[in-house]
Amino acid sequence: MTIGLHHFLAVSALLFALGFFAVITRRNAVGILMGVELILNAANLNFVAFSRYSNVVEPIAGQIFPVFGIMIAAAEAAVGLAIVLAIFQNWGTIDTQVTKSLRE
Amino acid sequence: MPALSETNEFAYLWLIPVLPLFGALVNGVLGAALMRRFGPRVNHWISVALPVGSFCIAVYAFVTLVGLPAEKRILTTSLFPFVHIGYFDADMAFWMDTLSATMTLIVTGIGSLIHIYSIGYMHGDKSYWRFFAYLNLFTAAMLLLVLGDNFLVMFIGWEGVGLCSYLLISFWYEEKKNAVAGMKAFVVNRIGDFGFLLGLGLLFWGLGGDYSGNLGRTDHYAAGAYHGNSVTALENTELDHQASAGIGRMEAVPARSLRFDAVRARVSQDHDSWAETSPNAKHFLGMPLIALVCLLLFVGATGKSAQLPLYVWLPDAMAGPTPVSALIHAATMVTAGVYMVARLNFLFALSPTAMTVVACTGALTAIFAATIGLFQHDIKKVLAYSTVSQLGYMFIGVGVGAYWAGIFHLLTHAVFKALLFLGAGSVILGCHHEQDMRKMGGLKKFMPVTHWTYWAAALAITTAPFFLLANGFFSKDEILWKAFDAQHLLIPGWWIWLVGFIGAGLTSFYMWRSYYMTFTGEYRGGQDAAHDADAHADAHGHGGSHPEPHESPRTITWVLAALAILIIPTGLLGFWPLLGIEPLLEQWLHPVVGAATASLAWMSETTQELANISAIAWEVLLAAASVLLSLTGWYVARAFYLNARSTVPKRLLASAFGPLRFAYRVVYNKYYVDEAYDWLIVRRVRQLAKGLFVFDQSVIDAAVNLTGTVGRGFSTVDGLIDSLVVDGLVNGVAQATAALGRRLRYTQTGRIQTYLMGALGGVLVLVVVNYLFF
Repeated sequence: MTIGLHHFLAVSALLFALGFFAVITRRNAVGILMGVELILNAANLNFVAFSRYSNVVEPIAGQIFPVFGIMIAAAEAAVGLAIVLAIFQNWGTIDTQVTKSLRE
Repeated sequence: MPALSETNEFAYLWLIPVLPLFGALVNGVLGAALMRRFGPRVNHWISVALPVGSFCIAVYAFVTLVGLPAEKRILTTSLFPFVHIGYFDADMAFWMDTLSATMTLIVTGIGSLIHIYSIGYMHGDKSYWRFFAYLNLFTAAMLLLVLGDNFLVMFIGWEGVGLCSYLLISFWYEEKKNAVAGMKAFVVNRIGDFGFLLGLGLLFWGLGGDYSGNLGRTDHYAAGAYHGNSVTALENTELDHQASAGIGRMEAVPARSLRFDAVRARVSQDHDSWAETSPNAKHFLGMPLIALVCLLLFVGATGKSAQLPLYVWLPDAMAGPTPVSALIHAATMVTAGVYMVARLNFLFALSPTAMTVVACTGALTAIFAATIGLFQHDIKKVLAYSTVSQLGYMFIGVGVGAYWAGIFHLLTHAVFKALLFLGAGSVILGCHHEQDMRKMGGLKKFMPVTHWTYWAAALAITTAPFFLLANGFFSKDEILWKAFDAQHLLIPGWWIWLVGFIGAGLTSFYMWRSYYMTFTGEYRGGQDAAHDADAHADAHGHGGSHPEPHESPRTITWVLAALAILIIPTGLLGFWPLLGIEPLLEQWLHPVVGAATASLAWMSETTQELANISAIAWEVLLAAASVLLSLTGWYVARAFYLNARSTVPKRLLASAFGPLRFAYRVVYNKYYVDEAYDWLIVRRVRQLAKGLFVFDQSVIDAAVNLTGTVGRGFSTVDGLIDSLVVDGLVNGVAQATAALGRRLRYTQTGRIQTYLMGALGGVLVLVVVNYLFF
């Protein structure tokens, strides 16, 4: 059995599902950020897989885009962790069940 | 070629009407203060000096006129441009030709004398200044009327004299009778003025086209003359100008200038479309335009000059002070209508219908008023009806086309009627404000000057054969002769002559009756008048409580004497017809009215051929008959009333002969005309007013109230809709939104997981929908 596009897509979907699951189930803000990282990486994996198996002559764009994605993920993690830090300074916790004063 | 008249600039002309106007202004505004400060002397000095000044200017103008060649005897001056709208133009300009010169001399001359007379008559009146202000205003208005160069200025004067007569008749307005008389004069005059205005409008309309020449424009006017240029030449210039300006050239050229001279030039140039007898005459509402215009203008004249059927105001106007009666109702204002017809001779001469109506109205009025005058007891009433009757003669004159004779009678009448009125005023003053002739008598002894002057005036009016004193004789007989002679009327001229002839006999009777009742016999006023005399003596300050009559002060007697002397020269002006020479006044007026008179058909030649005697012989014959008739009238009056001895009048009245008493009662009560008017018009108008009031109350007000109620109903409903439906909707939306918001806020948990679950759910829905439907 050879590894094809579908295998990559299955892995990627699994990764996305795991990331999403982490995001919606974790109460810890850092855990949520980690879930988001998983979702981004699932997307990156998709890009690379499509780039490898596409019929386009120069499929380089599919490989460059994940580089941008990784950069954005890093920036996002930095901003997110800064917010988490600020939340922690205000509430003394990073449990998202507690930090819901934006509701009203 | 009918051209505009050549005129001469006369710079002082405007002063003639403006001087009395100035006097009226000073006395009217400052009079009361002046009287308090300096006494009444100042009031009458101002008020007398200014008309006298006008008179002097008028004499100067007259002398200037005499010095000019006959056809150039016109003085003009323009004070300021008045109305220039499109082709309508009228300036505040004055025009003195021989006709208006005659009128101006009458108005200023006799007017001034009456001003002087008023000094004595109004002595001690508390509104002394007001009286003189009104007199001056009246003189100014009358001068404006006779000197106006166009219809508009004339109309200002025309209305002005109407206003002043109202003010002066109701001068003693504390008594209701006087106020009512003033109002009557004003209303009746207004009715006439309405006709005049309609005639004016119609004339203006008839003259109009959509263009006109520049006739009558100020620049030409100020230059003094058209220097012989015919109307046509000027119009051609103007029309060429219009053509070059792209307006297009018209065929005929009727100007819309209101100047008398321009109208005359237009109408005579356009004779074909104006003359009633012409087949191409303009028509309006099925009538020849010219006849309609003239008749409407004549309606104005009947109002102003107290002719049938609008004469009723004049006898009542005797409620005013006697100088007013003399000034307004004898010498000047009532002559306005006669003057107007004479001034517009070029129009009236074109319309036989109008001339017939004028002459017939005059003749009927002459005899109608004369019969009423026969049995009046109030001396001023006799004179008032006499005035109406004499005005009738003037209208016969101007109606049959003998314009100069009409104006001549106007002149002589102004002299003798002013004299009669002033004499009557003197009598009234002497008898301590008694006007009933039955309570006079024997005044010959007490008031010699008044007696002699009254006698002279009675001679003058009754056409008695004392030639030098009877100026009325010449004028009346000239009029009657011309009426007899007239061939151009719709009815035979001798009908009119006959009516006027009988009227002359009646005139003689009532004048001598008043003379004998007043001046001969014994004084009858002593006993019962004593009480009244006392009451009046203080009020009017001519002292003494003795009931005997007394001669009047010198300002009065001198004026009477002056007027009596004037009878002779005025008579001489028309003295020559019997000698076959053209009378002076006819020569004098020839430039103004000669053409119109000559254009009419007179009988002279025919008469000569048929009867084989000369026109002069006819005239002498008629004059002799007329003298005979007036002698008869005089004799009857003398037999009945001399020294109050005869019992014939009393016996006649007491006679059992029914129709006689009935006739007397009808005539004595003035044919019940006032009552008829009162019943027929005044009462009807009041009923109409009352009806309209009720209509106003019940229908119009009801409609208004209904509208109000309906409006209120609507607004109530509207208010309810607003508060319930509209507000309910608005509030409902707000409440629904709020309620929805309250429900929805539960979805805002603030927990990120909840939101993400929402997003996931949304994605799943999209995916499922995508699969199911696309």
